[in-house]
Amino acid sequence: MNSEYMLKAENISKAFPGVKALSDVDFCLRKGEIHSLMGENGAGKSTLIKVLTGICEKDQGQIFLENQLINPGTAEEAQRLGISTVYQEVNLCENLSVAENIFIGREPKKKGKIDWKEMYQKADQLLKESLNIDIDVKQTLSSYSTAIQQMVAIARAVDISSGVLILDEPTSSLDNNEVKKLFEVMRNLKSKGMGIIFVSHFLDQVFEISDRITVLRNGQLIGEYQTNQLSRTDLVSKMIGKEWGESSNTRKKNAPKFGERSFLRTNRLEKKGSINPIDLTIKKGEVLGLAGLLGSGRTETAKLLFGIDSSDEGVLVIDNNEIKSMNPRLAIEKGLGFCPEDRKVEGIVGELTIRENIMLALQTKKGMFNYIPMKDQRVIAQKYIELLNIKTPSMEQRIENLSGGNQQKVILARWLATNPKLLILDEPTRGIDVGSKAEIRKLILELAAEGMSILFISAELEEMVACCDRVIVLRDRYQIGQLEGEQMSVSNIMEMIAEGAGVVEAGIK
Amino acid sequence: MRQALNNFIQTKIFWPFVALVLLLVINFIMIPGFFQITVKNGHLFGSLIDILNRVVPLLVIAIGMTLVIAKEGIDISVGSVLAITAAAAASLLQTTSVPIAILLALVIGLICGLWNGILIAFLEIQPMIATLILMTVGRGIAQLITGGQILTINNDAYGYVGKGFLLGLPFAIYIGLAVFGIILLLKKKTALGLFLESIGTNMSSSKFAGVQPKKIILIVYMISGICAAIAGILVSSNVSSADANNAGLWIELDAILAVVIGGTSMRGGRFFLGGTVIGALFIQTLSTTIYSMGIRPEIIMVVKAIVVITVCLMQSEEFRKLVKQLKWKKKVSEA
Repeated sequence: MNSEYMLKAENISKAFPGVKALSDVDFCLRKGEIHSLMGENGAGKSTLIKVLTGICEKDQGQIFLENQLINPGTAEEAQRLGISTVYQEVNLCENLSVAENIFIGREPKKKGKIDWKEMYQKADQLLKESLNIDIDVKQTLSSYSTAIQQMVAIARAVDISSGVLILDEPTSSLDNNEVKKLFEVMRNLKSKGMGIIFVSHFLDQVFEISDRITVLRNGQLIGEYQTNQLSRTDLVSKMIGKEWGESSNTRKKNAPKFGERSFLRTNRLEKKGSINPIDLTIKKGEVLGLAGLLGSGRTETAKLLFGIDSSDEGVLVIDNNEIKSMNPRLAIEKGLGFCPEDRKVEGIVGELTIRENIMLALQTKKGMFNYIPMKDQRVIAQKYIELLNIKTPSMEQRIENLSGGNQQKVILARWLATNPKLLILDEPTRGIDVGSKAEIRKLILELAAEGMSILFISAELEEMVACCDRVIVLRDRYQIGQLEGEQMSVSNIMEMIAEGAGVVEAGIK
Repeated sequence: MRQALNNFIQTKIFWPFVALVLLLVINFIMIPGFFQITVKNGHLFGSLIDILNRVVPLLVIAIGMTLVIAKEGIDISVGSVLAITAAAAASLLQTTSVPIAILLALVIGLICGLWNGILIAFLEIQPMIATLILMTVGRGIAQLITGGQILTINNDAYGYVGKGFLLGLPFAIYIGLAVFGIILLLKKKTALGLFLESIGTNMSSSKFAGVQPKKIILIVYMISGICAAIAGILVSSNVSSADANNAGLWIELDAILAVVIGGTSMRGGRFFLGGTVIGALFIQTLSTTIYSMGIRPEIIMVVKAIVVITVCLMQSEEFRKLVKQLKWKKKVSEA
């Protein structure tokens, strides 16, 4: 075995009930390199990291650290072996001082008591030497910005680590200057011989900082590449995959049937730190797609339209009425419906029955004291169970007991019952079986043909091309372009995502 | 028939119901005349009637508490609100008429609930802490109202609420039934029940579906406040006085216990008003039993604790599984 490898994972496989999260994945980290791990949601990145850090037990495969076979069973054990991780959310104690956070659990001691003087001195030294930042380590962590907090987390990780550092989406809550600072720190650590695994959804950052890129897709290793030999377009196509084929030219165009009247329009609508100004128009009976990688601002846009998040600036117009401040209740009144991305957390109400889950939005539309009689509830629930082919023994089953696809159909039923004019579908087909996927796609086309407007968000570009009349492309929280008609193809969308950097930079300036 | 029985065993109410029946059976064996009901002056008397009468303040508060707990909240200020409203009613009676005194007492309960609701819904203070404020301050307010003394009430019309009889039964029982009926109606005939169970189970999903959690939180704490006020009126009327220090002392704990025994989870979600009724009856029956069996006062609390632990264990599915496993293992080792 080549000894330049610090960390080497071979043939890692891991299955969760119903899903093969990783199959036969190899991963190598060399001394003094920054290695990015890329892949869309569900590709297996986080599972691989969890296996490496001992949070998840692997089903198969071996991990070598400095040529020693290791088998970390817990996060603590991995840490003791010298693999430390900094997660997306800073998991430090905000109410403790910087020094305490760095040395928590391994405080320097003198005669059984904590040696505060030495602790402060060591913390100070560590931050100065390895990260080149100079702050008062006696202050509580909460008095510093998120970026500094992130640095403290990294300082702690570096101090524990014997050479391997995993950074899981460290930049997602940082602004551009803070990212620069972080990259300086990373380069500094690299020059000291550390191996860093970097996970991020931001393409530009990945290209800027990493030496190598490993791409995963659907739990499989697509390949390991040197960054300077890989183009952005290649990377995006490797992440998204092309195995779907161009079978999607059967799309029928509905939009002209209902004229050019717009149902919803935004003008420079934005929320700082979430999505930069966006202009979009959705016509009656139109399926508008929002394409982009994860974190590009797709979901953020949807949440803004539905009033889950409130906008800082810009205008939202629905049916020629300008909406000052949107909230979900008002959105429902205006005829919007929203199937959220995270079905478990934001969609289903687990303890309640299928009938109750279907009735929820219609009931809020009608108001609390305008209770829908049980007889009508049953009729409505039954109608949608049949229409959407929801497989359940009874409408009084808890929704928790259904499969993912059927849960998704119940959420769709919840919104269809309100008879919406615009339905926002955020990843409606993610994590559900192939049969349900096809049914949901068919339904989208049927609804649009009946005159419903649909805002469709999906990571599967083939699906977008097949369903949408028009696609707006987002990248790094900027709207970078639009494709329609003949231009709308998977390769064109990917190209736009990959090469839209100019637009983004112009936006920053 | 068998199917119906099976269904009943599956319900949350089954185990508390069994415990209540067991307790009654013990009473039947140990205390002669426990089930005897006599008629004096056209009024019914007996231990059972006594239990039904005495349980009402606890029951009313526990019903309000059920809604609060369904939202994954808690209201430990109810005892103090009871004391405030009792003191307010007693002091108002010195100057105003009975209906106005009662009405104002109810409004005070509503305001107390509104206060809790605002702290929790809009300032997002944890329910335990938010209601702890009123729990602590409340008794002080009540003392200010009574001037630090026990106010006595000499008003027959007011006394009727807590001591009077209607159609042979204590009037308080009707109040308890009415509160139960109204809340049941709210649950079954408005969407309050659906919204409450929805936000109690999954707050963010509910928001995405357009439910307005803040509004619901305000409503349930206000209901809890009114329920505490009703209990305050009942208690002060029954003992013809308002004692700022001791009226409704620790009743919040009994109320929470009644809700939990009744099968509503402290984690929120589904709530069971019928279960709460059984839970409250169980607690009151237990107290009455302990006193009428002549258990020494110094060990009353211990007995109560043991019984409550037993009921909670019976209710716990994990514990029942454990018992089953133990039995099974025993059988295996015998074989």
